[in-house]
Amino acid sequence: MATLEVKNLHVSVDIEDGKKEILRGVDLAVKSGETHAIMGPNGSGKSTLAYSIAGHPKYTITGGAVTLDGVDVLSMTVDERARAGLFLAMQYPVEVPGVSVSNFLRTAKTALDGEAPKLRTWVKEVNDAMDKVSMDRDFATRNVNEGFSGGEKKRHEIVQLELLNPKFAILDETDSGLDIDALKVVSEGVNRFRSQGDRAVLLITHYTRILRYIQPDYVHVFVGGRIAEEGGPELAEQLEAEGYDKYVRVSA
Amino acid sequence: MSHLHPVPSYELANHPLPTGREEVWRFTPLKRLRGLLDGKPSDARLKWDADVPEGVIVREISADEAAELGETKPTDRPSALAVANGGDAVLVDVPAETELTEPLIVRLSGTNPDDVIWGHIVVRIGRHAKATVVFEHNGSAIYSATTSVVVGEGANLDLASLQLWEDDAVHLGQVGIRVGRDAQVRTFQASLGGDLIRIVENVEYDGPGGDLKMYGLYFADAAQHIEHRLFVDHNQPHTKSNVVYKGGLQGKGAHSVWVGDVLIRKIAEGIETYETNRNLVLTDGCRADSVPNLEIETGEIVGAGHASATGRFDDEQLFYLQSRGITSDEARRLVVHGFFADIVRRIGIPEIEQRLLAAVELELEQNVGAPLVGVA
Repeated sequence: MATLEVKNLHVSVDIEDGKKEILRGVDLAVKSGETHAIMGPNGSGKSTLAYSIAGHPKYTITGGAVTLDGVDVLSMTVDERARAGLFLAMQYPVEVPGVSVSNFLRTAKTALDGEAPKLRTWVKEVNDAMDKVSMDRDFATRNVNEGFSGGEKKRHEIVQLELLNPKFAILDETDSGLDIDALKVVSEGVNRFRSQGDRAVLLITHYTRILRYIQPDYVHVFVGGRIAEEGGPELAEQLEAEGYDKYVRVSA
Repeated sequence: MSHLHPVPSYELANHPLPTGREEVWRFTPLKRLRGLLDGKPSDARLKWDADVPEGVIVREISADEAAELGETKPTDRPSALAVANGGDAVLVDVPAETELTEPLIVRLSGTNPDDVIWGHIVVRIGRHAKATVVFEHNGSAIYSATTSVVVGEGANLDLASLQLWEDDAVHLGQVGIRVGRDAQVRTFQASLGGDLIRIVENVEYDGPGGDLKMYGLYFADAAQHIEHRLFVDHNQPHTKSNVVYKGGLQGKGAHSVWVGDVLIRKIAEGIETYETNRNLVLTDGCRADSVPNLEIETGEIVGAGHASATGRFDDEQLFYLQSRGITSDEARRLVVHGFFADIVRRIGIPEIEQRLLAAVELELEQNVGAPLVGVA
């Protein structure tokens, strides 16, 4: 049992004339076995929360704390956070020219486990993970995300989720830009990950569509850099019907 | 007449002693040439060790014979000195219609860092012949060489030159290439070692239909000067050239220079050319000069362009890799490895590809540590 806890988190980014505050006191606790959906309009700071937890250098933490079982996450380097069990599936996965998917996955697995995976079983694991998201095995020899379509990039993120099997997965708008078939494939991957029982998911999304395939335990409405309302799955249904209008008006 | 038109001549009088202010010398630290420009005669030679496939003739010829063969002429002082002082030249002769299945590999090594050595090499690829020729430089020397490569009609040549010198070597090299009608030529330069390396490649065409691809890789460490200059003279119609050079720099005083000159003469209708230079700066205190030049005398062409970019690590790439648990050092190593890999893979000789990637890894260990796992 593990807990990822975000307390009164304040985050800024540098802009041309100074700093702009994006997160204004976020409180959130995610426990093993739970799935939390964070929903909100564009520009509400949802992605900033994801990247701040993962440690992207662009964001400056100006206040608050993030802990994993009481251990300070914010003082860890990006790779230390990953090795502590955090994983971020990105909205825009990055191309890494000249580095093959196969080499990338093996290097990441080695870094996380502290030893290289056994070659024979590893190749099979990689192939299986690709088969499960209907990704051609040839992708293993291609350069990381280079020339991948939007859907292929997202499937590749789910392949990594499957193989690296973190404790906490943060999925940043993994559903955006996907057609319905791809959305199902990606959701099935997330559900396989969840079915292990002790894994936690923080699902960040703009749309309610993905929540038909991935049932959240908790829904948080994110507006103006903080959580405006919290509830169970029924809150998602309410958002589906009413949209974000009432929250946006309240915050403005 | 601009510097895009180097004057070929054997006469030293036509190549005055540079002052360092000339366009073609302005980047080169002349003091570090250790007297090469003085032209002191020397009998010293690099050790020549070659794997010569059957059908290839390697023999010594006089400088006069080299001239009679119609070799390309020197375009600067050190190459003119190399011919004047080099004594006999080495001729590598691949007769017409000879198709080699194995590469011809020549290992040239210097044993004394104080030896001034002049070299003169002529490579002749006969019409419709097919060959891979590799020159590999090791050890240490103060070396100036002129290499002339004459490629016959319809021939196919892959030519590689690897500069894997010790840290104290000086190497000035001029490579003149004449691409025959419908010939296909791929060149590959890799400069990793040495104190000062300055390679000048001049290409001209002997008829229409010639297709040239030039690739290069260099890695400049602290206080190292690596300079690559190339001049592609589209002096024939319907010829092609495609140039890609990639460089890495690390350490205080690391200096790389890449100058890519392309001239499209009035006669050269229907040609196509593109040149690219990319530099990855790994640490502070480095300097990468990158100068593409395109001079166009006719607009009746298929295409012409160039691109040049010098930058540091891409933070987004490093973040992506690190977010998967990969350490910062390992992430940097992967990115640099990837940066060079697409160039190295074009060589087509697995043994040399492996050795170059290993040499790149060794360079990287200085700043970003040894690799975590082997590279697939």
